[in-house]
Amino acid sequence: MRPLMYALSGVFTAAALFSAPVSAADLRVALSTEPTSIDPHYHNLSPNNALATHIFGSLIEQGPTQELQPGLALSWKPIKDDTWEFKLRQGVKFQDGSPFTADDVVFTINRAGNVPDSPSSFGIYTKPVKEMKVIDDHTVHFITDGPYPLLPNDLSGIRIISRKNAEGATTADFNSGKAAVGAGPYKLVSFTPGQSIILEANPTYWGEKPQFDKVIFRPVTNPAARVAALLSGDVDLVDGVPTADIAQLKKNPAVSLDDAVSNRIIYLHIDSDRDVTPHVTAKDGKEIKNPFKDVRVRKAISMAINRQAIVDRVMEGLAIPAGQLLPKGFFGVSPNIQVPKYDPEAAKKLLAEAGYKDGFKLTIHGPNDRYINDAQIVQAIAQMLSRIGIDTAVDTMPRSTFFGRASKLEFSLMLVGWGSGTGEASSPLKSLLATYDKAAGMGPSNRGRYSNKEFDETLAKALVTVDDAAREKLLQKATEIAMADVGLIPLHYEVSTWATRKGFKYEGRSDQGTQAMGVSIVK
Amino acid sequence: MSVFILRRLMQSLVLLCVMTVIVFAGIYAIGNPIDILISADASQEEYDRAVRALGLDLPLWEQYFVFLGNLAQGDLGKSFVFNEPALQLVLSRLPATLELAFAAMLISITVGIPLGMWAGLRPDGIAGRSIMAGSILGFSLPNFWQGLMLIMIFAVFLQWLPAGGRGPTASFLGMESTLFSAEGWSHLILPALNLALFKTSLVIRLTRAGVRETLLLDYVKFARAKGLSTGRVIFVHVFKNILIPLVTVIGLELGSVIAFAVVTETIFAWPGIGKLIIDSIFVLDRPVIVAYLIVIVLMFIVINLVVDILYSVLDPRVRLADMKS
Amino acid sequence: MSTSHSEPVASVEVAPSARKAIAPWRRLLSAFLESKLAVVGLVGLVLILLVAIFAPWLSPQDPFDLTQIDIMDSKLPPGSESYTGMVYWLGTDGQGRDMLSGIFYGLRISLTVGILSGFFALIIGTSVGLSAAYFGGRIETLIMRIVDLQLSFPAILVALILLAILGRGVDKVILALVIVQWAYYARTSRSAALVERRKEYIEAARSLALSTPRIIFRHLLPNCLPPVIVIGTVQVANAIALEATLSFLGIGLPVTEPSLGLLISNGFNYLLSGRYWISFFPGLALLLTIVAINLVGDQLRDILNPRLQR
Repeated sequence: MRPLMYALSGVFTAAALFSAPVSAADLRVALSTEPTSIDPHYHNLSPNNALATHIFGSLIEQGPTQELQPGLALSWKPIKDDTWEFKLRQGVKFQDGSPFTADDVVFTINRAGNVPDSPSSFGIYTKPVKEMKVIDDHTVHFITDGPYPLLPNDLSGIRIISRKNAEGATTADFNSGKAAVGAGPYKLVSFTPGQSIILEANPTYWGEKPQFDKVIFRPVTNPAARVAALLSGDVDLVDGVPTADIAQLKKNPAVSLDDAVSNRIIYLHIDSDRDVTPHVTAKDGKEIKNPFKDVRVRKAISMAINRQAIVDRVMEGLAIPAGQLLPKGFFGVSPNIQVPKYDPEAAKKLLAEAGYKDGFKLTIHGPNDRYINDAQIVQAIAQMLSRIGIDTAVDTMPRSTFFGRASKLEFSLMLVGWGSGTGEASSPLKSLLATYDKAAGMGPSNRGRYSNKEFDETLAKALVTVDDAAREKLLQKATEIAMADVGLIPLHYEVSTWATRKGFKYEGRSDQGTQAMGVSIVK
Repeated sequence: MSVFILRRLMQSLVLLCVMTVIVFAGIYAIGNPIDILISADASQEEYDRAVRALGLDLPLWEQYFVFLGNLAQGDLGKSFVFNEPALQLVLSRLPATLELAFAAMLISITVGIPLGMWAGLRPDGIAGRSIMAGSILGFSLPNFWQGLMLIMIFAVFLQWLPAGGRGPTASFLGMESTLFSAEGWSHLILPALNLALFKTSLVIRLTRAGVRETLLLDYVKFARAKGLSTGRVIFVHVFKNILIPLVTVIGLELGSVIAFAVVTETIFAWPGIGKLIIDSIFVLDRPVIVAYLIVIVLMFIVINLVVDILYSVLDPRVRLADMKS
Repeated sequence: MSTSHSEPVASVEVAPSARKAIAPWRRLLSAFLESKLAVVGLVGLVLILLVAIFAPWLSPQDPFDLTQIDIMDSKLPPGSESYTGMVYWLGTDGQGRDMLSGIFYGLRISLTVGILSGFFALIIGTSVGLSAAYFGGRIETLIMRIVDLQLSFPAILVALILLAILGRGVDKVILALVIVQWAYYARTSRSAALVERRKEYIEAARSLALSTPRIIFRHLLPNCLPPVIVIGTVQVANAIALEATLSFLGIGLPVTEPSLGLLISNGFNYLLSGRYWISFFPGLALLLTIVAINLVGDQLRDILNPRLQR
């Protein structure tokens, strides 16, 4: 036993004295959510997409606030009602030296929606493309089924792969690195699930030279451990900084914080459709009619919520009170909508007018591991509703249970969030508020089954209007209709926060993605 | 002997079948993995496609038989999340957990046995009492809380050790492990310590109880009366006697260490199977959960077998043929 | 698994003689009082139980009544005053809940969960274990196989999967903990009973043709009780800790009625930000509770273990 102990203590000392030399040109990142694959078309999930952006380029890239920028395509325009012309960048080489051409684009679009076993495929972005015509090596025509103004937004979500390297390749071939050859600023070195993803600079990148020789991503899902890793100098950048730690980190001279308003709205969905809703009863437990069918009740609930208090107290200031579906600056946001005023007295009055002077009993549901402070927000709302006479209970659960049950319409009032992948207003309007229609693909996440004919008509028109200005007007009008009718109750827009060690800076992104390209070295 | 092993294997096979049925039914009851995996703005059509792609559109019993059919060919299916063979995924994470468990057991044995013997030999001394009080504390500390405290103290305040993650591996005798590199150990110490604290208390208490009981036995009294040196009595007679229950428990506890690694691995971002199973449960990645259970059950079978065999070696009175249950 | 493996956690010796088991309570009591540490533990445990029972009268606030807590009072440090003049002696949590009240009520829930689950598991496990030992043969083999199956799986994993299926709620957590724990009692009581079964008094009872339940519960049970009681104390502490761990992992009790474990896990997020009180005080309460139970259990084991009687 004794020699063993000696050996052990020797190792302990050695380890304690050891500190790894860090090259200035390396970047070490702790990620809150681990990408599940290197295959850019396997799983439509934001961490995957953020990672894929490093290795593969897109035709159109999304800037920090998801504005569309030329990527592998230099320009794009509709040449007919149903045809978009894309001009590709010339002289671009993939990481193995082979040239990028129109043929790779066709190959990519055909593959993106058809990866076997994909749990969430990119088919939603490629489906509008009915046909592709290669005009020359650097010109492609996309033919859609009728006018489709959102094609550039959709295509910005698809990363281009090379036919030469990826023809017939499986997801495993991407993960092993064999097929993971793109035209992005970084090359894949290794992918070890659960442990690390290592990238190195691509010297032949067409754009600005990559900042770092080597980038190491490490998944650290526990928020406290992530912050600890930053404080102990293990990593240079962390995402998903817990709101609770922000005040403390701000005071720390060795750390700097960067944030960005996200495209994610946190809102309450209300069952405004059924005559009897499962989690509302009279105070004595008797079944009553669904009060949420009355717009006055919906309005009362919206007015009873002190959004500023939630932002200040629960979110520690890192959120923005919301009155509609996307924050200011995004395409389709209406300038005419105010954040609903907090007024519990008026809310009580409205409830009384609607015939609920004594309130009722309600259970709010929400996830507890999906959005920033989700369970806390639900509890705070329950407090606020209790104060206007609605006896409110709270039930939160892991997302594995929550979303399935929510989609089966098991809840009456629920907390959900929505990030607009396309970076404009049609995405939430179409998914959350359009009348549920399985065949037409409308309202797939309309879990309150809100339905308003005028709204549907306005939105339908917007979706086929190619002219940007006219479309924006229609989207604004649709938003105004739904908000006046309280189709759902917006709470706040999440603000995402990144923390870096002194010497680095991160330009936050509205899609909440973490990219080495957004990191700069500062003195 | 071989009958005994064969019987064990048969029973374990039944056990495995029961477990997989429970997991299938359980996960089916929790929810549909597609609800979590799919992009939120997917249409119903896309949803249905994904359900079909993962074979989740079949009735549950049919899914189970498909699973059994594949299992017969040694295929445990592909992870819903990673699209990689589930077994391979689990096995690739196993070394990390094993080295963590190994380091934790090493700490608890090297610290626990000497302290436990001390406390057993001098139960009424101040040191003995303090050791026992300390072991009760070690038992009682909530594991996750203690883990964060360790991070706060050693990684954040003192900055001696990294806060989490696994260090680089090095090769030794053909084995790849972070046990063979200094930086590997610097990553390993905190999680191993967190995992070891509870087991150390256990080993202390077992050793102490064993020592105290042994000291009262006639042959030890006799050896003392014969005038043998205290050291000889302790190390030859007492130590040998307490070794049997210790081996048993340490062997069995190895399994529980591997299981309890779930919490430690979560806090320290240690890429082992505990972390994998928690993540997989949260996204309902059934193939991985099943593969994990199968690997764990097999491991338990082996551990139990080894413990029983060791037992019969250490204590000739016990013969394997007697162990029927 | 061989019959000779004793349950590791308590490492209790399973061969109490009949003479010791019927020893007068007074003798046990004086033996118990020999250890100062155990007395401290016992006093602490009694105090904790009293606090838990009288929580509604001792707490300055009802932490479950949403109209009494205010988000504007959230995350106040210990000693702060609310606008109504109430003092938050231990501060408030992220919802504005008074920590002191939260801990009193949390103790109540944690202890209820621990004691009730231990109680039911003891009854079920001991009945099963005694029956197995008494009847022997195939029934015994079957039962012990199930027990082994259960014990070969780490409690935390079994509970995790059970709770994921069952959902949240005090009753569900108790059910899950009973399912997790019964096997420990079954194994311990069986080993104890195996020894007792062969003794003369059982033979005598059999030859008198007493009914089987009567033999099991009137004769076998009392003599197998000491190790079961020791296991019981340890298991209650384990159950409380396990519930806390489950809550930490995000499944367990509903958020509006927090146990100590849930309070800690809620405060976990605030630990690095310097708001130590949200998780520190409930952590301390949990620690003290478990330590008190373990101190008592430890001494019980010593005095009930005949091999250590000098």
